[in-house]
Order: sequence, then C-alpha cells, then structure tokens
Amino acid sequence: MRTIIFRFTAPYLTSLMVLFSVFVLLRGHNEPGGGFIGGLIAASAFAIYGIACGVAPVRRALYFHPLAISACGLFFAVIAGLLSVFTGQGFMTGLWAFPAILGGDVGLSTPLLFDIGVYLVVVGSITSIALALEERESD
Amino acid sequence: MLPGGLHASDYLIVMPVAICLLFGAVLLMLRKRIDWHPFFAIPGFLALFVVDVLLLLKVAAEGPQTMMMGSWKAPFGIAFTVDMMGALFVTVAGFVGLASAIYAVGSINRTERRYGFFPFLFLMMGGVSGAFLTGDLFNLYVWFEVLLIGSFGLLILGSEHEQLDGATKYCFLNLVATTLFLITTGYLYGLTGTLNMADIAEKAGQMENDGALFTIAVLFLVAFGMKAAAFPLNFWLPASYHTPRFVVSALFAGLLTKVGVYALIRVLMMLLPPERAELATLIGWVAALTMLVGALGALAQSDLRRLLNYLVISGIGIIMAGLALPAADGGLVDAAAAASGQATGATGSAMLAVGLSGSIFYALHSIVVMTALYLAAGMAARVAGTSSLRSMGGLWRERPGLAALMLIFLFAVSGLPPFSGFWPKVALVRGTIGADLPWLAAMILLSGFLTTIASARLFALAFWRNRPAPGEAPPQMRSEFMAEGEPSPAFSLLPLLILAVFVVAAGVTPQWLLAWTDVAASGVVDPASYVESVFGGGS
Repeated sequence: MRTIIFRFTAPYLTSLMVLFSVFVLLRGHNEPGGGFIGGLIAASAFAIYGIACGVAPVRRALYFHPLAISACGLFFAVIAGLLSVFTGQGFMTGLWAFPAILGGDVGLSTPLLFDIGVYLVVVGSITSIALALEERESD
Repeated sequence: MLPGGLHASDYLIVMPVAICLLFGAVLLMLRKRIDWHPFFAIPGFLALFVVDVLLLLKVAAEGPQTMMMGSWKAPFGIAFTVDMMGALFVTVAGFVGLASAIYAVGSINRTERRYGFFPFLFLMMGGVSGAFLTGDLFNLYVWFEVLLIGSFGLLILGSEHEQLDGATKYCFLNLVATTLFLITTGYLYGLTGTLNMADIAEKAGQMENDGALFTIAVLFLVAFGMKAAAFPLNFWLPASYHTPRFVVSALFAGLLTKVGVYALIRVLMMLLPPERAELATLIGWVAALTMLVGALGALAQSDLRRLLNYLVISGIGIIMAGLALPAADGGLVDAAAAASGQATGATGSAMLAVGLSGSIFYALHSIVVMTALYLAAGMAARVAGTSSLRSMGGLWRERPGLAALMLIFLFAVSGLPPFSGFWPKVALVRGTIGADLPWLAAMILLSGFLTTIASARLFALAFWRNRPAPGEAPPQMRSEFMAEGEPSPAFSLLPLLILAVFVVAAGVTPQWLLAWTDVAASGVVDPASYVESVFGGGS
C-alpha cells in the first residue's frame, strides 16, 4: 500500500480524522457520538497512517505506548467515578460545573471526564491491536 | 457525614473495585518502570485486603449494604449490594490476592513483569471483587468479562506453545459459558423486566410456575457449572490450568472456579429457589460425580499441577453438595422432616441453611487451600527442578519448612482435622443426612477418602522418599523452572505462612467463621434483608 498518492494523502487524512474524532467525542453527551465511537475513528486514523507510512512512524508520533494511553483512559474513568465521593453522593454520580468562560454555557462534568477515559481506552487498545497486525505484515 | 448524606464508610463497597482498577491503570502506565511494580503492587493489595476486611466488619455489624451507581434509584440503576456471603468471598479473595502478590514478587521474572503481570493481576482481582459485590445480574456478567480479560493476559504470560494451547481451550470454553450466561440473562430480563437481583428475587417468587423460569434455572446451571468446572463440563480445567506460572495457576484455581460457584449459589439459591428445589436431585448427581471424577483423576496423575487441578474439581463437587438439599417447603421436605421427626417448614429451611453454610465455608476454605497448595507446589517444583512426581523426591530433607506447610495444606484439602477442611464437611454430611440423602453423604466421605490417598501419594513421592537417581527418570521441563530463579525464602514462605494461619485458625477454632457463614447462608435462603437494603432507603 505504499503508493505515492496514498502516502501523500495519509497525513492529511489522519489529522482530519483525529480532529473529527475529538469533535464526535465532545458532542457525544447530548447528540449522537461519544467516547467509544470517537475512539474508533481516532484508532482507524492511526491505522491508516500505519498502513501508508509504516508502523514505526506511528509509534514515534504517538510517543506513548498505545497500552499506556489505554491505561490512562481507565485511570480517568475511575477518577471520574470517585470524584462524587467528595460530595457524599453515590459512586459515579454526575457532577456538573459551568465556569464563566465562553459565556458560561460550556458544561464541564464528570460524565465528560468518563467519556474522555472511554475515548482513550478505545484509542489505546484498538491502535495497539491494529499496529501489532500491521507490523506482522510489513516484516 | 458528607454533604450528600453518605458516610465515608458507605464507600467501602465500591473501594475494592476502584482500588484494583486504579492500581492496574497506574501500573500499566508505568510499564517501562518494571522495578517499581512490586512497590506499587504490594501496598495496593494490602489496601485491597484492608478495605475488604473493613467492609466485612461493617456488613457483620449492620447487615447488607447497598450503593446505587450514579445515585439512580433501585431497581433502575446498577446496584452494588453486598451481603454476608459477598463480603466473606471478597475478603478471602483479597486475602489470597495479597498472598499471591507477595509470592509473585519473588517468582515472576522481568520479562513477565514487562508483559504486564501485575496490571493483569489487578484487573483480574477487580473483576473478581466486582462479581462478588454487584447486585445486578447484567453487571455480574460484565465483571465476569473483566476477570476473563485479566485471566487471559495472565494465562499466556510466557507466550509458550503449551500455554497458547491451554489458553485456547480455556478461552473457548469460557466464552461459550459467558455467552450462555448472557443469553439466559436476556431471557430472564424478558420475563421479569428487571436485572436487579433483589427485584428479580421478589418478582420471580410471585410468578406462576409455567416452566419458563425452570428453563432459565437449567441454563444458569449449565453456564455457571461450566465456569465452576462441574462434572460433565469440567474437562477444560485440567487441560489449561497446568500451563501458566504456578502463582497464576494458584489464583485461577483458588478464585476463578469459586466465582462460578458463587454465581451459582446467588442465582439458584437466592433468585430462583423453587426451580432450584426441582433441580436438587440433578445437582446432587452432578455434585457427586464431580467429587468422584476429581478425586479419581487426582489419583491417576503423575504431574504435581495436574494432580492439583483434579483436587480443585473435587472441591467444587463438595461445594455443590450443599446446593442439592431438597426445598424448605417442597414435596421432598416431607421425607426430610419425617427423618428428623419434625414436620415444620422451618426445619427444612434451617436445614437448607446448614447445608449452604457448609458449602460457603468449604468454598472459602477451598479458595485459601487450593491457592496455598499451588504456591507450595511451585516452590517444590523449583527446588526439585521438575514438577513430575516420577522424578521428584527428598524434599522433606532439603526443605523441612516447606514440607511441613505442604502437609498442613494436604491435610486440609483432604478434610482431616484439625484443619479448615474438616468442619464444612461435617456440616455438609450433617445437612445431607438430615435431608435424607445418605448416598450424597457417602459420596462426600468417599471422595474425602480418595483425596486423602491422592494427597498421601503426592507427599510420599515428592517429599518423603529419597530423590530417585537421575538416570531412572530424566527431569523434564527443567529449564522452565530454573529460568524463574531462586527467590529469597522470605518471599516464598511468607505467603504460605499467611495462608497457613487461616487454615489452622479456621480448623482449630471454627466458631468465628461458622457464625459468619451461618449468617451468610440464612441471608441467601431468606433474602428479606438483602431486598430491604436495596429498596429500603438505599442511597
């Protein structure tokens, strides 16, 4: 798959897909989207980059090992659940804050943190599987 | 008291799961710093055990505890409900988890740590704890999946050919069982419209007996029986448990089959008691055959771990015997009540609780003793350089401390006094004879006798006799055990000593544990307090 057209377009395609995945992640609370589907889009972006330019550049570009990204997501998800402990409500109760930035209608919440956690878990695990499969093929 | 109305101790119920997942995630992020792993893992497991004990004490003092996830109201949200049975299981699981983690520090090498031994261990313990704590049937399925993912990772840690072979069988059978569990949960949801266990227990009790619930009970029996390695579905266990590292086998043998047994008790005894009563004879036969297959299989094996695999199966049979007692108010109770000279429903119910108490006690004992036996066997195999009973020998002279501990655990697993296996067997034999099932009592005693012979054979061959001359039996797989290196005696003997303390304490003074398992059993037979904790002002 190392054609010149594919190799030329892959970086643009990847960056667009990662951007779109973040968009899908953030709109997910009230509209279709969310961490899981966003994570899948981002993971397929990295997979495309891996197919076009080889696995080593993807690993270099990601900097962190995919499994570490996954673990970080799990960490965020648990922390999102634990935050409600400090307010004395049940585990994983959603907490919302509307800070006075951007007109005060941007909701920061523990469900958002949880969703980011899901996003990272999905990105990490699917990318790790995809890169392992691609590596085998190019050897 | 916190602003939202919950006390800090109310969070104990979610802490075992949260601690495991947090430590697992942090250790996975630190995957390059494998030297740090033990320094995180041991405090992590210590914290898990402390939280488990606090939870157990809280449940013992205040009765079943419930926390609704995300403050949703029961029965719509996911409930975490812990009663005495769940608390006992989760505490003992944390106990053997701690012991195994200490053992693993000395026996798991750097490559295996880099593959993620400790993160997977935490993930698996998180799944096991979640399964014991959840009060939601679908959530139970999810925790089964979590612990399976952790166990898959642990199973193939060395990526050896034999391990992949064992893992394939293990994964395939477990996926079939989990799928069956999921499908059955779907049926039950279609029938009752709820997944909350307390709600199911109430609704299923009011439904007319048209065979649908009976079908569901049979499907659950098959699914959890497969998980627990009960008789016709036990073949996957001896085919896979001897391939991973000893410490991994130890945790698998101690915990994973018992999660299946726990689910069986929870679903059949608490959610579907009338259907369980109809199935009692079948469960009795399954229990008897599981015991015998396990004990006879153990007699036939010449490899240390394969022998122990069969002892696990035999123990599962004994636990299931407590589920085979006839119902408190069914037709069969007349014979049982006549046998004991009283024809009241209360007697039958009490008898059911006696048998179940024995089962729970035996399950707890089996978790500790099977883990201990595998860990001790791991040490023995490392000293001898092989795990084949044909070429082992002379360990009594080389390692007297290890041999003495091994003897304690072998006595316990055979059910000989004064160790922990004796009292639950007494309770089970009493329960089965009281329920007019003398053949089942005879089977328990027979399997105990056969297990004693198998244990004696193990001890005589591996420890007592002199080591055979190297020419007679060439040691196999020597490289595998030598590669693990010789750990310092403290790291290997300390966990065995910790586990032996339980075995001796539960054997010499069983009253404290028996009092708790009695509460646990009556809480399952009559789940009123469980239901009350979920619906009566649960937060």
